[in-house]
Amino acid sequence: MTDKPKIPAIDLKQLQFYYQSGGWQLNLPGLTLHCGQHLFVRGASGSGKTTLLNLLCGITRPVSGELYVNGQPLHQLSSSARDSLRAKHIGVVFQQLNLIPYLSVLDNTLLSSHFAGQNKTDSVNRAKTLLQRLGLQQDLWHKPATNLSVGQQQRVAIARALLPKPTLLIADEPTSALDSDNRDAFMRVMLAEADANGCTVIFVSHDQSLTQYFHYQLDMQQLATGVQPC
Amino acid sequence: MLMKLARLSLWNRRGTVLMTWLSLTISIALLLGIDHLRTEAKSSFTSTVSGTDLIVGARSGQLNLLLYSVFRIGNATANISWPSYQRIIKHPQIDWAIPISLGDSHRGYRVMGTNTDYFSHYRYANSQPLVLAQGKPFEQVFDTVLGAEVAQKLGYKLGEQIELSHGVGAVSFSQHKDKPFTVVGILARTGTPVDQTVHVSLEAIEAIHLDWQQGAPMPGRQLSSEQTLAHDLTPKSITAFMVGLKSRMATFTLQRQINEFKNEPLTAILPGVALAELWQMLGMVENLLLLISLLVLLAALVGMITTLLASMKERQREMAILRAAGAHPWYLFVLIQLEVLLVTLLSMLSAAALLFISLYLLQDKLAADFGLFISLQIVQLTSLYWAGAILLLSAVLATIPGVLAYRKALADGLTIRL
Repeated sequence: MTDKPKIPAIDLKQLQFYYQSGGWQLNLPGLTLHCGQHLFVRGASGSGKTTLLNLLCGITRPVSGELYVNGQPLHQLSSSARDSLRAKHIGVVFQQLNLIPYLSVLDNTLLSSHFAGQNKTDSVNRAKTLLQRLGLQQDLWHKPATNLSVGQQQRVAIARALLPKPTLLIADEPTSALDSDNRDAFMRVMLAEADANGCTVIFVSHDQSLTQYFHYQLDMQQLATGVQPC
Repeated sequence: MLMKLARLSLWNRRGTVLMTWLSLTISIALLLGIDHLRTEAKSSFTSTVSGTDLIVGARSGQLNLLLYSVFRIGNATANISWPSYQRIIKHPQIDWAIPISLGDSHRGYRVMGTNTDYFSHYRYANSQPLVLAQGKPFEQVFDTVLGAEVAQKLGYKLGEQIELSHGVGAVSFSQHKDKPFTVVGILARTGTPVDQTVHVSLEAIEAIHLDWQQGAPMPGRQLSSEQTLAHDLTPKSITAFMVGLKSRMATFTLQRQINEFKNEPLTAILPGVALAELWQMLGMVENLLLLISLLVLLAALVGMITTLLASMKERQREMAILRAAGAHPWYLFVLIQLEVLLVTLLSMLSAAALLFISLYLLQDKLAADFGLFISLQIVQLTSLYWAGAILLLSAVLATIPGVLAYRKALADGLTIRL
């Protein structure tokens, strides 16, 4: 995969970020991931995980350095351009409560394709297939999202994140609310679907045991050492 | 999708939205209702008399003369003598004249002495003549023609006998008991004070007061109905008279001539001008009412924004999810605007329905108790202006939570602070 001059899913150089108030700062010398390569980011709370995720999603702009997602210079784009880039190329899954309570499972899934500006009927068909592959049967599709178990909710979130066929899937401790059986099942379906879509996963967690699922890992405490293979 | 989000999000918060909707509905109905009532009242008011060029009475202010001659409110200060009346109506410019004699009543309704010219010349609204719903104009001295409301309220039918009272109170201690009147006609509804009037001939007014002196019956000199007919019943005086001219051009000339009448001090007024002056005085109250209802509306809108602002905290997660799925902060701003406009629009529709239903139910009562004829046609150009203004105002106020959502979305990013 690496011998071809292909556009990396994510490519960052000398990324620097700090708040105006000063004190804390984030330095990341380099990180390159190609399509289909998954990264495990480990770190305790307060280590700058959220800041890193906000940078990768294009919510915040780095103070200096370069950041390309799917070849697009995120550090140069305007905020609305970053928003549409996120809509099309980046899927996000939170720790928990990923779904809008008053929308049905299907509508929650369709949100991402709506913001990505994709064809409605086409999206509905793909959403249904995706939900089914993630083990969410037809009888759940039109139920309000709050009727689902936490494990099911997280899988709907994965379906939503993957629906616009993103280059990058960013997951912020999506398994922390799950028990160990559910967690392993979740990891498997998530990575299987990501692979099927040729999507790169950046997965943040403090659960060391999950490293086995990933190609690379990054420790927030030792950013200077950079990305290590697992 | 945006519409669906706004709709379902509102439904999700239906408890608070319901209360907001209720308060907005009431305040919009109040505003539209007051606006509707004042336009209707104004047209009902200005249409009480039409086609009359001058109203002549004893010397007084023009409002006083207008009030007692047209609206049957208050009393005349003095009368016009019969010879003066006869002299003035001989003026070559005068086409017709209707004499009016007031001062008696029947169970709270004013009695008006006049002649049959009244039925042929009096006009109201857009020059509409009086129409008899039943019967005919009075012919005999003790005949009476009732206004629509008098007949309806008191349940009188043709041929019934009624007694008049001296004075204008609802309860009178001096009755003209000995001289009963026969109902010979009932007028069709006009929506003017005519409906609340008992009409008799000038001769009848003279007849019932023949055996009276100084406002009280003279003891030992009571005359029966038959006996009075033997007397000369030509009136000695009248209260006022209405004049129609051959040419409108002569109005001001004749008004000046009457005001300068040598034999007795008289006042001639132009009913249109006097009505406008009276309405201007009432306009203050009307504007005050409108102002109050505007403030009520503003309070309801501010209430809606307050509940929206309060809900922003619990909706932070919702906003973050939308942001993560790729929504631009503008989208959140538009979403909140849309929610506000939906609630306002819904409230306007229900307010219109509420107004229509209450007017429908109150229509008869308003007509009966206040002589106000309110049409059910509530959708008019002005109400559309109001609707536009209310929508605009709510959109302007909605920018507060909208901008808050926008700025929070930018500041918080994808993190959810609970």
